[in-house]
Amino acid sequence: MADAITAPPYRIIPIIPALKPGSMAGSIPYIANEKMQEAIGFPGKLADNWQETHDAVIAKMGELLSKYRSLKVYLDACVHCGACSDKCHYFIGTQDPKNMPVARQDLMRSIYRRYFTLPGKLFPKLVGARDLTREVLDEWYSYYNQCSECRRCSVFCPYGIDTAEITMAAKEILDSVGYGQKYSNEIIGKVHKIGNNLGLPGPALENTLEGLEEDVKEDTGIDVRFPLDVKGAEVLLITPSADFFAEPHIDSLIGYAKVFHASGVSWTLSSMASEAGNFGMFIGNYEQLRKIALRVREAALELGVKRIVVGECGHAWRVAYSFWNTLIGVGAGANDPYAIQLQNQLDLRYKQPMHICEFTWDLIQRGGLSFDKEANDKHIITFHDSCNVARASRMGDLPGGQFEIPRNIIKTVANNFVEMRDNTTREKTFCCGGGGGLLTDELLDLRVKGALPRMEALQQVTDSHGVNFMATICAICKAQFTKVLPIYGFDRRVVGGVHQLVSNAIKLGDK
Amino acid sequence: MTTFLTLLFYFSAAVLLVGVSLKIAAYARTPAPLLIPTTPAPTTTGGVVLRMLREVTLFESLFKANLWTWAASMVFHASLALVLIRHLRYFTEPVWSWVALAQPFGLYAGLSMVLGLAGLWARRIFVERIRYISTPSDHLMLALLLSIAASGLCMKFFSHTDIIGVKSFILGMMRFDLQPLPADGALYLHLLLVASLLLIFPFSKLLHAPGVFFSPSRNQADNPREKRHLAPWAAELEK
Repeated sequence: MADAITAPPYRIIPIIPALKPGSMAGSIPYIANEKMQEAIGFPGKLADNWQETHDAVIAKMGELLSKYRSLKVYLDACVHCGACSDKCHYFIGTQDPKNMPVARQDLMRSIYRRYFTLPGKLFPKLVGARDLTREVLDEWYSYYNQCSECRRCSVFCPYGIDTAEITMAAKEILDSVGYGQKYSNEIIGKVHKIGNNLGLPGPALENTLEGLEEDVKEDTGIDVRFPLDVKGAEVLLITPSADFFAEPHIDSLIGYAKVFHASGVSWTLSSMASEAGNFGMFIGNYEQLRKIALRVREAALELGVKRIVVGECGHAWRVAYSFWNTLIGVGAGANDPYAIQLQNQLDLRYKQPMHICEFTWDLIQRGGLSFDKEANDKHIITFHDSCNVARASRMGDLPGGQFEIPRNIIKTVANNFVEMRDNTTREKTFCCGGGGGLLTDELLDLRVKGALPRMEALQQVTDSHGVNFMATICAICKAQFTKVLPIYGFDRRVVGGVHQLVSNAIKLGDK
Repeated sequence: MTTFLTLLFYFSAAVLLVGVSLKIAAYARTPAPLLIPTTPAPTTTGGVVLRMLREVTLFESLFKANLWTWAASMVFHASLALVLIRHLRYFTEPVWSWVALAQPFGLYAGLSMVLGLAGLWARRIFVERIRYISTPSDHLMLALLLSIAASGLCMKFFSHTDIIGVKSFILGMMRFDLQPLPADGALYLHLLLVASLLLIFPFSKLLHAPGVFFSPSRNQADNPREKRHLAPWAAELEK
């Protein structure tokens, strides 16, 4: 089946595609089994009696409407203006009209209108309201698993409606009635059981890190350490577990270690919190989001670190930057005992948490790092902004720092940098096609199609400037592109991390 | 007809006020547990106020999205504002000087409002994607607004109505001292349609007007590392 998946053709002129209704209706990820569901506190499967599920869905929706202002306002405010309709990478790649953000929202809005608004109760046909049926629920399962929660539509909506919020609510409702998605829920189970998304146990992690120390020693002749569980270290590094063994992720991990080595700042990884990723966000479940993040709080308290730095991971940086202060008190400005306990320990002269790019750029600006830029001369580099970094977080002191800082680092460590087309970068960046809990093999067709706009932009700079390296700071982007690039005729090693470039060029001897 | 329309207006004005107030109260009461501004976002409250002002006066995001839709809605909304200002002359005695100054603009705005609405409707009919997402109520809403504009313009350009009489009717309503409404078909139609617009406001997509001010992706400051943001129900989890 995987052999049959091919890349859609590039659009000659990137115009808005004609609609192909129903073309992706068959895109259905594996359903979580009872064990996976129950392991993270959801019902194992759908009730045998439809009425029971029906009532539970409506009740859950009512609950979420009272807990999330975003959902309440967004379901009311849409005027069907169509501003978002051509902005989703999955719509562009699949041409299925239900992948237009507004249509995706309407899958839920139609139910909201029917059960929670007067006109929908009185005149359902008139306002596009419909009864909740099993078919509707199946449609939710299919199409809310065709949204990577990348927020590109929210940039263009005149009311800031963020389809990601609706998708998260839908996934939360589906989970709550026993209709969860295998990939995400299995991973969440692994985080709780083993400590990270990839199920890498503590001893294996230790081995891996020792191996890395040897590799780097062989490569550079220098003893670069990869410390684990060191009490009293200054910095706790929280990074996606893919960094520990996936390609090209691991090259960035080596980059972080070299930067720490050169900075002289003591640092450590944690076996308890060996995962920056937090799939609780993807499934829209606040309790899971918080529970997964709590491991970071525990590790920080136990190791007594002064600073928390986060590695290259898009949604993890959103959770860390935007949510950690709320969820676990990593940040500043708290006045409640729970958060103060941790904030008194952290050194608040530094940003908490800090992105590894902020850490590196800060050192560069203070003259603390030196580079051999020519080491990257084989690369003609472009930068792919990852959606959660671009549209849901920040770096540095100014809005937009999340765009400038990684680019500044690249320009410091390499000579050849080229931007991709304007409306495909910065806050208008296109998702890699694999975010939001969709990075699973059975969704490969969707992932390939969703990558189309990014691949078009990459092809353009490849043709015009000979670009052969697309740097990015997200573990999911790296994994997704590694898989998808060859299908579009690129080398899989075209994608890599920003700290991979740092690693290539950093001079360790003379500091 | 005078009594009927008077009662209808009292009723629909009450529904509008109560309905929209209840909605606004519900939006305000519902917590926003996580900080989700669409970034890059302003880092201060002052910056958020500016962002919101740009959003509601210049339609900044829509401008980024699609120039044609932006142009048509800008023309429509700006015209509507001018037309409403022009209509203030029926509600004030003596007429405020700036309202008097705005009169000629309000007149042309009546025409451009029709143009803007026609543009929006054309898009809904001829653009495949927009046609796909349109519900009957989306078309009806445009029909309603267009009919209001057309019946209003009709009284200006074709069959003049007794505007002195209209004014005394409206002032009478406002002072609870009923005055007869001039007998005029176009006027009846115009007022009936306006009353129904007021009636459906709190139950329809017209809620986008108050809603935008409560949109977390637009009204939150980007300062999560500096301030701890905690919803009451989320704080419970820490106990």
